[in-house]
Amino acid sequence: MFILITGLLLGGTYALIALGLNLQYGVARIMNLANGELLVAGGFAAFWAYTAAQVSPVAALVLVAPIAFVLNWLIYRIMLQPLVSRAKSRGALEVDSILATFGMSFALVGIMTALFGGGYFNYAYLAQPVDIFGSSYGQNRLVAFVLAAIIGLGLWLWLSYTRAGLRLRALAVNPSSARLVGIDTRAASALAFGLGGAVTAVGGALISMFFTLDASVGILFTMKALIIVIMGGVGDIRGTIVAAMILGICETAVARLIDPGLTLAAAYVLFLGVLLFRPQGLFGKKPT
Amino acid sequence: MSGQEFLKALPWVALLIAAVFVPFVAGPYWLSMATTMAMFVVLATSWALFSGPTHYISLATAAFFGVGTFVTGLGFQTLPFWMLPLIAAGLGGILAALVGMVTLRLSGVYFVIFTLGLAELVRQVVTWVQNQTGQRGMYVLTSITERDIYWMLLGLAALVYLAGWLIGRSKLGFALRIIGNDETVARHVGIDTALAKVALFTIPGMAAAAVGAMLAPRYIYIEPSTAFAPLLSFQVVIMALLGGTGRLWGPLAGVIPFTLLWEFITRQAPNQTLLLLGVVFLLIVYVLPGGFVGLWARIRRRFHQGGGA
Repeated sequence: MFILITGLLLGGTYALIALGLNLQYGVARIMNLANGELLVAGGFAAFWAYTAAQVSPVAALVLVAPIAFVLNWLIYRIMLQPLVSRAKSRGALEVDSILATFGMSFALVGIMTALFGGGYFNYAYLAQPVDIFGSSYGQNRLVAFVLAAIIGLGLWLWLSYTRAGLRLRALAVNPSSARLVGIDTRAASALAFGLGGAVTAVGGALISMFFTLDASVGILFTMKALIIVIMGGVGDIRGTIVAAMILGICETAVARLIDPGLTLAAAYVLFLGVLLFRPQGLFGKKPT
Repeated sequence: MSGQEFLKALPWVALLIAAVFVPFVAGPYWLSMATTMAMFVVLATSWALFSGPTHYISLATAAFFGVGTFVTGLGFQTLPFWMLPLIAAGLGGILAALVGMVTLRLSGVYFVIFTLGLAELVRQVVTWVQNQTGQRGMYVLTSITERDIYWMLLGLAALVYLAGWLIGRSKLGFALRIIGNDETVARHVGIDTALAKVALFTIPGMAAAAVGAMLAPRYIYIEPSTAFAPLLSFQVVIMALLGGTGRLWGPLAGVIPFTLLWEFITRQAPNQTLLLLGVVFLLIVYVLPGGFVGLWARIRRRFHQGGGA
């Protein structure tokens, strides 16, 4: 029971991060490998707000989200759009965007190390225990989960019931057809990329409440988010959430029962299973 | 080999022979530098043999390399040293084939992601096994000197170049060029694309593991976190791409300047190496697509056009 609940709480935050990546990859077609660094940057912002200005991390989200949105929107417009226009095929764009975002990822790690040093950082926010079903959990984990759930739900409603959300979904299905029905694909892609970045940064701020981060840990979160996105299916919100929960539970189980040093190995076993048996994602249909 | 090909190969053979004599003229500092370069030449060139024609970006180098160092770490006391790189190459090839069989049927993104975490995965498993058996790091104390390592790496580099040259002339090389241009076309003309890619992927796997086995005596003390350092994979990718993967000599042209630059930055501003790596990545994508090879081709084209007009 303890494993299940801790895993679900962890999975909630993972889901949010993976949703951010899924927006960037599924809709804007950019495999963003700097995703984890963005998460760490979000965590840094929350840390800084809490320690330097005594602003609660929850309140800091109000600032983190728009800043991350604008930053990512600019990154897409300035750096990635030229790659999209020059790419001859989806494959060529993939190689270019992978290399470019790797570059950004390393540059961001370098900049963050220069700004904040190479050490670990964490802060104590709502670090009191709370009892659920006889075991105790950190309040901060619970708060992070609830916030992740609210934001995730909001995002899902927005995508499902608004016109702008419909546009993004159309773009995810088929970019060239989306253009035929009068969607400005460039603007929509930039919007999706910015939004994805904002969601990821918020996820980072949430994670920093209960997780010790350092400047170079981002790549680990990128890996996890990628595994979740592939497991859940590219562009599939329901699949992403289910996959994130599975990963959260799996990791917690392995860490508790076998060895905390094997969490990535656990994620990889899942990944391997998906690659071998369901490369189209948990709920995906086989391509015909 | 026809006469013309022999003439073309001549400068490279001369370069190789010159490289053999480096340890006699270089001091300890430059010998160590030359060894590092030789190591990256093998790693980057073998990397480009696979990733150049297929456009699959492999980040598995560190995993293979680490496996190689552990082969030496575990075996140097019981087996003659010359056997260790061979065993390492065998294991590296098997690991590469396994990874290839799982991921190379699918699109390139899956491959990148899988190889990205491979080194970390192997490191976690090795650490766990060591914890179970109560063992920590390993000392590799041998009589092998930096010179020996340099010569071994040089020999391996020659082998990799030879392999690259042979593949370029073979049916496999032709098949790979078609796959790189258009995989659907390749499948339609009856090429077993997955098999060709897996076969080729074993080459960087074998080479990197052998390099790891040869370099282990240099580290003296081996532990998982240094043997499987993921940074190595990225250094290799960047050197190969900086040089360009279109030609066999491309990676070499990337290794030499980048190793010097890396050394300079490490000494001047050790905290900024990652920033450098990032900036060079971006530079390659935006300014130098195709690397130095691409640049060279553009210059030559312009020169020829200018000369003809």
